Amino acid sequence: MAKLSLGIDCGSTTVKGALYDGEKILETMIVPTGARPAQRMKEIYDKLYSEEVGYIVTTGYGRELLPEANKKVTEITCHARGAYFLGGGVSGLVDIGGQDSKAVLLDGKGNVQDFLMNDKCAAGTGRFVEMMCRILECDRDELDSFEQKEQIEITSMCTVFAESEIISMLANGAERGDIALGVIRSICRRTAIFASKLPMNGKVFFSGGLARYESFRSRLEEALDKPVVTHPQSQLCGAIGAAVIGYDFMKRAEKK
Amino acid sequence: MELVKELPAIFEEFSEQRKNSFIPMYELKQKGVPVVGGFCTYLPKEIPMAMGAVMVGLCSKTGETIPDAEQDLPRNLCPLIKSSYGFAKTDKCPFFYFSDLIVGETTCDGKKKMYEMLAEFKNVHVLELPNKKSEMGTQLFKEEIKRFKCVLEEQFDTTITEDDIRKSIHIVNEQRKALKEFYGLQKMDPPPMGGMEMHKVLDGVQFRFDMPKATADVRALTQKIKDEYDPKKYEGRKRILLTGSPIGCSTAKVVGAIEENGGVVVCYENCGGARSVDELVDETNPDVYEALAKRYINIPCSCMSPNPGRLDLFDRLLEEYKIDGVIEVVLQACHTFNVESYKIKKHVTEKHNIPYMYMETDYSSTDAGQVNTRVAAFIEML
Repeated sequence: MAKLSLGIDCGSTTVKGALYDGEKILETMIVPTGARPAQRMKEIYDKLYSEEVGYIVTTGYGRELLPEANKKVTEITCHARGAYFLGGGVSGLVDIGGQDSKAVLLDGKGNVQDFLMNDKCAAGTGRFVEMMCRILECDRDELDSFEQKEQIEITSMCTVFAESEIISMLANGAERGDIALGVIRSICRRTAIFASKLPMNGKVFFSGGLARYESFRSRLEEALDKPVVTHPQSQLCGAIGAAVIGYDFMKRAEKK
Repeated sequence: MELVKELPAIFEEFSEQRKNSFIPMYELKQKGVPVVGGFCTYLPKEIPMAMGAVMVGLCSKTGETIPDAEQDLPRNLCPLIKSSYGFAKTDKCPFFYFSDLIVGETTCDGKKKMYEMLAEFKNVHVLELPNKKSEMGTQLFKEEIKRFKCVLEEQFDTTITEDDIRKSIHIVNEQRKALKEFYGLQKMDPPPMGGMEMHKVLDGVQFRFDMPKATADVRALTQKIKDEYDPKKYEGRKRILLTGSPIGCSTAKVVGAIEENGGVVVCYENCGGARSVDELVDETNPDVYEALAKRYINIPCSCMSPNPGRLDLFDRLLEEYKIDGVIEVVLQACHTFNVESYKIKKHVTEKHNIPYMYMETDYSSTDAGQVNTRVAAFIEML
């Protein structure tokens, strides 16, 4: 009898996979999406699939691309389940993804009660950070090492305009670190403004590739004015949620 | 009962009619029938009909002429206004082209200002619609309807009697009753048809020039749907009410996403649906102008301030159609519906405890992926 479920989350920047046994996450994988999302999903499938896997759920914008999937579930629902699994009693979640960001209000059982998506442009998403790192010639892992000397405000909403704003700040002699932290603060504020439309009362889970940086977590907490929690596996939140949902479906199917 | 025929064949007849309406328009004009073009559902079509004119809808529903419009109009304006202006400017629309008179109403700010520009190259008359429902407002609108009658009489060199108006009130009321009965079929659980099929009829009927004939066709179709009802067809689907701006060609994008992801649109609370069709004109009122003014000013469009009628309509529709979820789709830069969405969300979620989702879109298909994800997530949530 099948014992495991597999969740694959095909996002705009990375494809994530998670293998679940009903209690814990056994194995995970992250690969860059690039221009061939279907192949990257297949790659994860080939690595993580075994005869023990009884159910596969795909999610993310590429969720239609794996023919082997038993079910396709949207990233909203998967992130909600993933956040509930990783974060426990959280009231909601904020996900900053590669090309969109979302806020989800949860009930006490990991189900979606309401959600909002900001997906009209790259403002306030991972793309914004990529742009900044490129201009500031900074490695992503450097983000947590900056110490703020002076508070800098980034006012541009648009990624392209923010780029020129940063360039003129550099020309005026501003510190790289101060600019980077200014950008992070502006992203967190923007995210908090739209997330605040949902009545989240209590801890908020932070997911997505940026959640592992303390500089982001603390600034999001400040902007939301609510405790923000995260998890070492928060980048895998969608894939883990997909695996957990898949496990439930597998058990339900077995009962029948 | 055996289901032999698929419904879409007869539904297709309506949309074909729409497509082929270039030629009938031409033939009408050859016979000397005047054509009056209108934008909003606030225009009392009974008045032009009373002089034997044909009324056509001019709210354009595709993005084709938006680039032409943007030569004159700002880019960040509602696509419906841009598209309408663009079709008028380029003569690509038979209805604009054949309209002897174009009638606007003072509804939203974007349209009001657009009419001023349209009047530079088209014969335009604008009815002043008060943005507030009140006794004085109704009185004003009644006078505006009378003035509209005089404008028609003068421009078309004809006389419109109150008896003529009474007759057309009856004809239009009959069509409203037929349409209400038609879309009311969706109260059945499971519903007998899909949202796109329903939309094609509600939209297509606006482009039929012989109103009594169109009404008879709607009634026949309603009967046919009743006869061929197959409860299995839409069984187990989440029942969605669609509301918001008139979204034209984006209807297919949104309704498609709803119905591909396990939902079915059972009710339209928008310009082509319950919002504009629901109420009848009082045929017993001896003052036809008052009867018309009272009925039309009651249309609960978001250009009214305040607009409690829309909430009342929701109270009824949510219950009668056993709604599982409400999706509001607002056109980009449509301020009144955009702002009012706050009240609608509150009303739907707090008073009725029904989930609600807001989306913004335009006439393009660039956001089809996002629309699909949001709609799918919303239905997963129900």
